[in-house]
Amino acid sequence: MPIEVRVPPLVQKVTGGQRSLTASGGTVSELIANLDSQYPGFSSELRDASGQVHRFVNIYVNDEDVRFLNKLDTTVKDGDVVSILPAMAGGSSSPTAGGTLAR
Amino acid sequence: MALPTLTPEDIQRYHRHLIIPEVGSLGQRKLKAAKVLLIGAGGLGSPAALYLAAAGVGTLGLVDFDVVDVSNLQRQILHSTSWIGKSKVESAKSRIGDLNPQVQVIGHEEPLTSENAMRIFEPYDIVVNGCDNFPTRYLANDAAVLLNKPLVDGSIFRFEGQATVYMPGKGCYRCLYPAPPPPGAVPSCAEAGVLGILPGIIGVIQAIEVVKLILGLGDSLQGRLLLFDALDMKFREVRVRRDPACPVCGDNPTIHELIDYEEFCGMPHRESSVEAPVLVAV
Repeated sequence: MPIEVRVPPLVQKVTGGQRSLTASGGTVSELIANLDSQYPGFSSELRDASGQVHRFVNIYVNDEDVRFLNKLDTTVKDGDVVSILPAMAGGSSSPTAGGTLAR
Repeated sequence: MALPTLTPEDIQRYHRHLIIPEVGSLGQRKLKAAKVLLIGAGGLGSPAALYLAAAGVGTLGLVDFDVVDVSNLQRQILHSTSWIGKSKVESAKSRIGDLNPQVQVIGHEEPLTSENAMRIFEPYDIVVNGCDNFPTRYLANDAAVLLNKPLVDGSIFRFEGQATVYMPGKGCYRCLYPAPPPPGAVPSCAEAGVLGILPGIIGVIQAIEVVKLILGLGDSLQGRLLLFDALDMKFREVRVRRDPACPVCGDNPTIHELIDYEEFCGMPHRESSVEAPVLVAV
């Protein structure tokens, strides 16, 4: 059951630059495991040593954040689109919170 | 508060607004009365400020303490070559004054900090976030939540951008991303690059959302994170939910005043080593 998984630029370094992948599995966790076997290092881009998804990375099944579903056990079905969205800070300006400013 | 009246010059200048039934004279007077704060006069702040000024938003605040660098001009359309080396706020005042001298531009030429954020935010109706680093992003979020102000958020990375609106009581940036990445894990635009035109798209979306909020029109991006991919030329969206466990806007908030955001962003995980965050100005 192929599922489309969209990956952000920061994860594309382990996917050979591919921005959209095809994975199989019945849950988000199984999709990640499947992609990790296709693209070694994929899982560690999203999860810490204890297996938890980094708190600055959100995973969506269609338009819903899996944190508000069954987290990594959220089920997926044919035709679903899974999106991985890490926090993005860029805004092209510079007012910093504390004044530590490297140029 | 009584709305300001429109002068004969206003009626000429804003004619194309005044003939839209949903805007009209009342809407234009609301715009004239509005006070909008822009965090950053950079990539996102440039198009947002220019369009908000052109639209007749009466008061624009600009928080930025940087000077114009030649590398800014690839995308920061408020500024010009003749302003290289000079204050971005002064450059913006000059440009906006030329575009629409009726707009009052208030410069805040200081870094946004936990000490000054509440004071700077307080007089404004809406805050537009165009900052380039996580500490300021969390700081702006928390200050907006604590002051019950709408925050119109945008961010960009290479060919991709995001925008959303956080309304008081309806979820915030911490509900979306509870913790920042460790320093260095997510590169800034200065490190990773950004297509110069991209902030034009996202900053203009932010400006539209501001005007809709002022006019009370349409459906805002509240509850939705709009995703733009310039390579696919596609917009998508995902839901943003209020997290009842959110430390600042949840049911039992633990953050009641601004904290040390560099420390917060330098130590996202208790077990990780403590290192000073390096913030890079674009």
